[in-house]
Amino acid sequence: MPILGIVASQISGHLFAPSGAYDSIATTTVGAGGSSSITFSSIPQGYTHLQIRCMVLTSSQNNLLVRFNGDSGSNYALHQLQGNGSAASSENQTTETRARICLLNPNASYPAVSVTDILDYTNTSKATTIRTLWGADANAADTQARVGLTSGLWTNTAAITSIELYGSPFTQYSSFALYGIKGGN
Amino acid sequence: MPAGNTYEAIATQTLGSAATITFSSIPQTYTDLVLVVNGSTTRGTTSDTIRIQFNGDTGSNYSSTNIVGNGTAASSSRYSNQTMPFVDGIRLTGTDFPLASMIVYQLMNYSNTTTNKTVLARGSGANYNVAAAVGLWRSTAAITSIYLQGDTVANFAIGTTFSLYGIKNA
Repeated sequence: MPILGIVASQISGHLFAPSGAYDSIATTTVGAGGSSSITFSSIPQGYTHLQIRCMVLTSSQNNLLVRFNGDSGSNYALHQLQGNGSAASSENQTTETRARICLLNPNASYPAVSVTDILDYTNTSKATTIRTLWGADANAADTQARVGLTSGLWTNTAAITSIELYGSPFTQYSSFALYGIKGGN
Repeated sequence: MPAGNTYEAIATQTLGSAATITFSSIPQTYTDLVLVVNGSTTRGTTSDTIRIQFNGDTGSNYSSTNIVGNGTAASSSRYSNQTMPFVDGIRLTGTDFPLASMIVYQLMNYSNTTTNKTVLARGSGANYNVAAAVGLWRSTAAITSIYLQGDTVANFAIGTTFSLYGIKNA
């Protein structure tokens, strides 16, 4: 079934017409065949901010990455603060070809989760900034335990019309939900 | 979807006397839950970790990882096979800074019965720390009740508020 605004294989999804101050725009749930990426396209421009809420199951430890409007140029930067159960650390990346949402959990039974805010995504006078609270725990140390805060910058003033999430094969039941948040008048 | 029905208030409790808190019979019509705690515990002169438990499960089914900044250093800790509530590092102040701290929990995909449950938390323990934590409940059951208490002392202080919200997806 073609799903307007959602591009991926092996997923189910729905779209709703915008109606309130915090609206569900689109949701995808990965089906039995898995999916390598999720794209929210034709994003409505009637909100002030966007929020993406992810629950990701995968069997390899990669980062969950994000690109806007199909831009694969070196136009992204990020800062990250994370804890692995033993120590806290921080990193930054510049001139990246994508921003980062979170580090995924290689244990396919235990989901990594994240809440990402994309601020002023329709504003065409400033670059776009995102922030994420994320974490994954698998009742085991180090590689399967992470919690962090990540910020991202897309050095482009275009309004965001599409969002691609990728970085690791998503397995069944992974879900990605996009919400719109309206500002006051 | 009617206006205003995506992010809804489910229940709010304000303590009239010191107590622990339980939200029960949580509706299963949402995708995620957000629980906002604002207040303090009855621990007198220092902060206290807040523990959280689901569906009355007291088995060794919880684990958590945190990152904490206390004004001097950043650190991270983790806990496996916890028998009682979890998400250490997320603290409320005691009566020395009454009603001054807050925690926001994100309970992701709480109503599905196919995946284990992962919870995010952000805590601001006034005058003590700032923290983030992830907690895992190794159960695929839908979350139908949430119990919260302090660690060293169980009770929250009078005036502490607990607000539970539901978020629907498309």
